[in-house]
Amino acid sequence: MSYSVKVIDHYENPRNVGGFDKDEEDVGTGMVGAPACGDVMKLQIKVGKDGVIEDARFKTYGCGSAIASSSLVTEWVKGKTVEEALAIRNTQIAEELALPPVKIHCSILAEDAIKAAVADYQKKHSA
Amino acid sequence: MDLTCDFFTLFRLAPRFRLDVAALAARYLELQNSVHPDRFAQAGQAERRLSMQWAARVNEAYRTLKEPLARAQYLLRLAGRDPEAASGALAEDTDFLMQQMEWREEVRQARQERSMAALRELRQRLAREVQAQYEALAARFDDEHDLAAAVGQTRRLMFQEKLRAEIDDALAFLEDAEDAENAGA
Repeated sequence: MSYSVKVIDHYENPRNVGGFDKDEEDVGTGMVGAPACGDVMKLQIKVGKDGVIEDARFKTYGCGSAIASSSLVTEWVKGKTVEEALAIRNTQIAEELALPPVKIHCSILAEDAIKAAVADYQKKHSA
Repeated sequence: MDLTCDFFTLFRLAPRFRLDVAALAARYLELQNSVHPDRFAQAGQAERRLSMQWAARVNEAYRTLKEPLARAQYLLRLAGRDPEAASGALAEDTDFLMQQMEWREEVRQARQERSMAALRELRQRLAREVQAQYEALAARFDDEHDLAAAVGQTRRLMFQEKLRAEIDDALAFLEDAEDAENAGA
């Protein structure tokens, strides 16, 4: 199977690899995994007082498409409010990266990771 | 023989997770003998084709029932549950996934440092953990009949078996590299 140019670019030059302290008040952490392929993805967002995502980091163990999907969404969520970030759909990720049908689940995982990160952030701030 | 019956029925075994491995192997030989294509060498084409389909089905059934993870997945499928169903955010608990990520990191590092000792140690540690998970899974299936919990446990084992395969890959890779070096020396 051949990867698209964009997937290879994100795979070879992943953006925003790393992590924040998950116990910080302004950090939301999303951990998701796909048992069928064993991929594990961590996505973290750092949210400003105004509810805008200032920064994002990821760490992914999985195939090139999973790494590219998570790398891409860290770029996309920056500058968005958490509500806007929740509107990102896996189809947009798959389209941007030209993922083949067998790799659609990687983009679903990335969408789930955003949701999980936002949910974690909101849980910290609901109290 | 009935081509459509499930694998447990085919092997005359109760649909349970704990299973009599000796009985499985004995029944496999018996089935294999009765459907072996050689026995149908003199038969007509249709009959020969049928015997080949049978042999393939018997082999698939044996492989599925013999491997604990494949058996668990099959039992769940028979019960109408799909352990591979779309992840769904927060389907796995965060701690488990964090731990998986740490394991992956350790494997990556050991591979980078070309440390077979570290990989073997990881493999042993993982084997112990996986063993405990399978015992718990057997209890979920056969004692508690708790299918929802069995789905969760099976999903965890899918991650862990994947990790085990990754460690084996890394070990095979390093062993090959070592062999190549020895051959060149």
